[in-house]
Amino acid sequence: MEFDSIQQLLTMAEKEKLTISELTLQTQAQQCECSEEEIYDQMAENLHVMLEAIKNGSVKDIKSTSGLTGGDGWRMSQYAKKKGILGEFFNRSITYAIAVSEYNAAMGKIVASPTAGSCGILPGTIISMMEERKLPEKSAVMALFTAGAFGMVIAKNASLAGAEGGCQAECGSASAMGAAALVEMAGGTPEMSANACAIALKNQLGLVCDPVAGLVEVPCIKRNAAGVSIAFTAAEMALAGIKSVIPADEVIEAMRQIGETMPCALRETGQGGLAVSATGIRLKKEIFGD
Amino acid sequence: MDIFDIIGPVMIGPSSSHTAGAVRIGRIAYKLLNELPIRAEIGLCGSFAQTYKGHGTDKALLAGIMNMHTDDIRIRNAQEVAKSMGIQYHLYTTQIKGAHPNTVEIYLVGKSGNECRMQGASVGGGNIEIRSVNGMEVEFKAQQNTLLVLHRDVKGTIAAVSNSVAASGMNIGNFQLCRPKKGHEGLMTIEVDGDVKEEDVIKLKSLPNVINVVLVRAL
Repeated sequence: MEFDSIQQLLTMAEKEKLTISELTLQTQAQQCECSEEEIYDQMAENLHVMLEAIKNGSVKDIKSTSGLTGGDGWRMSQYAKKKGILGEFFNRSITYAIAVSEYNAAMGKIVASPTAGSCGILPGTIISMMEERKLPEKSAVMALFTAGAFGMVIAKNASLAGAEGGCQAECGSASAMGAAALVEMAGGTPEMSANACAIALKNQLGLVCDPVAGLVEVPCIKRNAAGVSIAFTAAEMALAGIKSVIPADEVIEAMRQIGETMPCALRETGQGGLAVSATGIRLKKEIFGD
Repeated sequence: MDIFDIIGPVMIGPSSSHTAGAVRIGRIAYKLLNELPIRAEIGLCGSFAQTYKGHGTDKALLAGIMNMHTDDIRIRNAQEVAKSMGIQYHLYTTQIKGAHPNTVEIYLVGKSGNECRMQGASVGGGNIEIRSVNGMEVEFKAQQNTLLVLHRDVKGTIAAVSNSVAASGMNIGNFQLCRPKKGHEGLMTIEVDGDVKEEDVIKLKSLPNVINVVLVRAL
């Protein structure tokens, strides 16, 4: 199964008179020679793992294996109840992103979407949207297909690996996938989804992968939260009819080029950026003793 | 590519490339050996060598060579599990020229004396690429069922193998040949669509000049 470009995705969806999620579900079923029900059920299972991860990651006493992180999901959930500045919905979205990311760092069971380092962003966007709008579970399951279709194009034409493309490839991609999915959940067109994808990605181009002590914790967990807010911002703009001046496919190409020219120290080696800040170095020593 | 490569796998954290991908590479080594190892030498290079402790890459690779899946909670205690199974393992860091940043080389010895040596890379999102098997260059991702056919480089052998694959009702999606030296041993890497039955593999093994056939089922 391959979608070569976002443009191809839009053309196919238009030709078949399908949403991107329907097109993706259908194409996947054809490819693996199984029924659409089987594929749907497998994706529903992924959604259930995400829901479980939100629950398990929101508890007060969660700690990562290193002891570096944990408890911020719970902290955020308490704050969200008080509505904060932007209201309960927005703060709950951030809560979910942090909770799932913290659970991942604690060697919990999560769905890599597209990667483990960025696993909080789709739960933070799609699940909070489903709850807020009281949408049926099916809407969230289908949104995962939409997100997956956009992720596939990024994987094919750029990269989803921090070691290859920096954090733009992980949290950037997840945020772009989430933005495109939110648009479909809100009733927007495939073209609006493409614009949301482009806008979200553009705002994270060049983002480096500089994990402290090489762990998927600092700054990854908080970048998941920020990825969620960028996804919502991009989706809102696209739904308002705002277009990305640079088309999504060209943004993805730019992302590939940036990733290729990014120095090795900023691509998940733990040798640059925040990883070599004074605190980053001290924490590494404290955790590993060398 | 499959939609569940992007939305998935379901896995034990914390890293899809350094944990889940590592489990999968380890599992391919297990499949190539075709039994539980008693000895394992695991060489990490690039980003794997730099950050394996923090990502549990060592645990993940051990879990893989014991045939665990990416969502197996025993990954958290893979070292203890390996010891309890009597597996002697040695982990080292190394450099391989021109290799992908997340590359590992694995050497396994099995209970019945079988050996296998392989090199694989974790290329992101839990996806992997196997780069070499027993010194032969290969290139497969284990996203499709893959047949590795070790054979003698004799005229007509490739045709006989592909005929047998066709007769078994399989369609070849990708075919590669590694033949380091004319007239010596070669390795065919054949990715096929759909299911592969054990009897299809047995049929292939019985062909003249075929030395061994290993089926690596899609992950």
